[in-house]
Amino acid sequence: MGKFLIRRLLQIIPVLFIISFVVFCLVFVAGDPVALMLPEDASPEDIEQLRESLGLNEPFHIQYFTYMLGLFQLDFGESFRYGQSALPIVLERLPATLELAAASMIVAIVIAIPLGIWSATKKNSPLDLLATGGSVLWKAMPNFWLGIMLILLFSVTLGWFPVSGRGNFSHLVLPALTLGTGIAAEMTRLIRSSMLEILNQDYIRTAKSKGIRDFYVVNKHAFRNALIPVVTITALQTSTVVGGTLITETVFSWPGLGQLLIQAVNTRDMAIVQASVFIIAFFVILMNLLADIIYKLLDPRIKY
Amino acid sequence: MSVNSQLQNQSQTITSSTKQTPSFFVRWLRLLLKSKTGTIGLIIVLAVTLVAIFAKSLAPHDPNLINPAMMLKPPVWADGGSSAHILGTDNLGRDILSRIIYGSQISLAVGISAVALAGAIGVFVGLIAGYYGGLIDNILMRLVDSFLAIPTILFALVILSIFGPSVTTLIVVLGITNWVQYARLVRGEVLSIKEREFVKAAKSIGVRNNKIIMKHLLPNVISPFIVISTLSVATTIILEASLSFLGLGIQPPTISWGGILSDGRDYIATSWWLAAFPGMAITITVLAIIFLGDWLRDVLDPRANN
Amino acid sequence: MAEALLEIKDLKTYFHTENGVVPSVDGVSFSLKKGETIAIVGESGSGKSVTSLSIMGLIGSPGKIEGGEVLFEGQDLTTMSKRNMRKLRGNDIAMIFQEPLTSLNPLFTVGNQISESIRLHQKASKEEAKIKSIEMLKKVGIPRAEKVYSSYPHLLSGGMRQRVMIAMALSCNPKLLIADEPTTALDVTIQAQILQLMKNLTNENDTSIMLITHDLGVVAEMVDTVIVMYAGQVVEYTDVFTLFKEPKHPYTKGLLDSTPKIHELKDELQSIEGTVPAPGTITQGCKFQTRCTRATAKCFVEEPELKELSSNHKVRCWLHEQEEVAI
Repeated sequence: MGKFLIRRLLQIIPVLFIISFVVFCLVFVAGDPVALMLPEDASPEDIEQLRESLGLNEPFHIQYFTYMLGLFQLDFGESFRYGQSALPIVLERLPATLELAAASMIVAIVIAIPLGIWSATKKNSPLDLLATGGSVLWKAMPNFWLGIMLILLFSVTLGWFPVSGRGNFSHLVLPALTLGTGIAAEMTRLIRSSMLEILNQDYIRTAKSKGIRDFYVVNKHAFRNALIPVVTITALQTSTVVGGTLITETVFSWPGLGQLLIQAVNTRDMAIVQASVFIIAFFVILMNLLADIIYKLLDPRIKY
Repeated sequence: MSVNSQLQNQSQTITSSTKQTPSFFVRWLRLLLKSKTGTIGLIIVLAVTLVAIFAKSLAPHDPNLINPAMMLKPPVWADGGSSAHILGTDNLGRDILSRIIYGSQISLAVGISAVALAGAIGVFVGLIAGYYGGLIDNILMRLVDSFLAIPTILFALVILSIFGPSVTTLIVVLGITNWVQYARLVRGEVLSIKEREFVKAAKSIGVRNNKIIMKHLLPNVISPFIVISTLSVATTIILEASLSFLGLGIQPPTISWGGILSDGRDYIATSWWLAAFPGMAITITVLAIIFLGDWLRDVLDPRANN
Repeated sequence: MAEALLEIKDLKTYFHTENGVVPSVDGVSFSLKKGETIAIVGESGSGKSVTSLSIMGLIGSPGKIEGGEVLFEGQDLTTMSKRNMRKLRGNDIAMIFQEPLTSLNPLFTVGNQISESIRLHQKASKEEAKIKSIEMLKKVGIPRAEKVYSSYPHLLSGGMRQRVMIAMALSCNPKLLIADEPTTALDVTIQAQILQLMKNLTNENDTSIMLITHDLGVVAEMVDTVIVMYAGQVVEYTDVFTLFKEPKHPYTKGLLDSTPKIHELKDELQSIEGTVPAPGTITQGCKFQTRCTRATAKCFVEEPELKELSSNHKVRCWLHEQEEVAI
């Protein structure tokens, strides 16, 4: 396991390199932030001076070198909007995003696991039809619209939860439900189809032939096997979940990384964009690593 | 294989061998009508397409006509509603129904063109990677991997912020975030065709195998291609709506469902219909496309059936 | 004569598929005494596996037992409550399956899977179950049983896995062991060992065996009585000596001709043309009509009954009906 971890961690390095290069290229193509940084009536001399001082007149490879040098010191440059280093600003927003992501994941798991198992064991029952129908419907609904409708129902009409912002638990409920049920829809479908396949396996018949109660056949023998593909695919979907977080944060004015990033994109605050993209990519990679570890713990057949 | 499925297979072979094979089209139609959701999906998709094409004659009002006298009118069945504006009006007095009717044009146009672009890129990359193999294949496939690691919406956001939002940029962005699945499909198929004996034999007597690959590729790829494309249109419509909602997609005065929703969000506390109806339009359209896609998969691509 | 341990009367198991009802087991009757070994022989599709799963109560949707009785020690299993059935399964009736590769759960250790039934049925503690499991592993001839106890199935060979399956099935001293093609998936060299093992271990406890196989070679070695099944029906039912000496049904003869024998070296092995028709396709006459070399006009119109030729020999064929008339 130790060896495996080290090797897996080492594999992250080239990926981060590629991502940093891609991000740099995008920013390079994005061109001149100077116009945005100075007042509109700035003289051409002022602009030229700022360009020079920011190193923007250097050729591509020199700029890349400077950028990488900064990156090794975790320096993504200065946000001209906030007038300070980008990374601390991004990191400051991270807890809010992680809170939302974790809460949504809990919502998703609490819904999807029982529902997926149940609808697989009772295939074609009313509940199964409801679960499969529900997951298709949720897939078809834009997540941000679901969020708005939840606000309409629970905040505006019923007044149970606040409309937006972050604070106590009641602030968390609607955003977590929005994102969580979205994730749950896909997860339920996955667990169901995975369970259906596993329940047809010979070893399930063996377990039944031993006189084991259906509950244990399903939850011990079948579910652990069914979980393996679910973990893999869910991990691959981390990036989709992160995408969902960006939008959900906007809908609920949740002061997280997503909101910061979208503001930064709108104002072309590239230092923030770079730092956020880098942090998000790092998170996605980390989740994939975690999935690999869980995968290995679940399946004794896997050898690394 | 379980006893049950063995039996089902057996009984299936009996019926299929005894039945006369009708024409291709009739068989499809019969299968379509057998599936309730597939039928509903097809009808709705056709309806939305017709609405988009004939928007001009179907829309009761000019979608961009600002009418201060009719601001924030609720739908016809609510108190204060007017039969002139069946789904109500927005904060500028524009007719919601007309805006939704016109919005279908953008959703379908962007969805279909982006998917077409993605398909073209994907098939091209897949062919190159599968045909030449080796280093080129390796590089292209690593590219595929990196595309999978970046959240689609994040990628789209960054690109749109750099090049500025426009319909063309949007189509290109959605196209290049979507090509990966086609590349994988085509590459896999090319690799498997290359391994077949007759291709090796043909090659050994000097026939160039690109002709053979093209001839055998098409029938194997066309079914999954149609299925993936259909379902992609659904996800692309949602993605377009999300980007427009975030203000980085379709820009006014061009009307998009995501844009109407974004406008309506600020009035959610007082005028729910602004946000509710465009969202329903998206949901119903996407749902119909998913139904149609699922049915197509059942009919065309039994392998992918789960 | 001892009372029958298992008695099956007119068992009908049908599958309700999209394309109609498929009668997989269509009126099968036989009985099994304590300590007796019976074989159900037939090609795939003959309904032998469905028969065994019906006894175990493991027929799942879309299959259903439509009629008949499965009497185990006088109790009808088809009407028994799920709860009581579970108590019986794995305890009084145990089963071994064809594919040892896929019949063990890959995510649990061998020990976990054996002690599971011991703990369940014998209310044993974890430690007791472990001791008993290791003892069973030793009994089935597994070297280093303690080590195997804590290993995962994928680390074992096919023969070893089947031994584990046997250990698991016999761990609660069942009265009836159903073995569904237990050696088909194994190497020829291992097949005999596994059969011998089963025979020896069941002799100890006077366990009855119901062996399901398509291999008449296996039958000759270890069985008392043979049932030949074809298209969901019993076509011949007799003791093993009579079967090999005077097979009556053309299908049985065909099966025997297609089995290699060591004593008489034949130049050529016969085979029966075609395959078992899918259940439900032949609605009129004898089910074997399509492949029978001796079929007459009557065979296409009227279905023969399972006719008793002597006290221990039954056959379902018009040929023997006629013989009797001639006498």
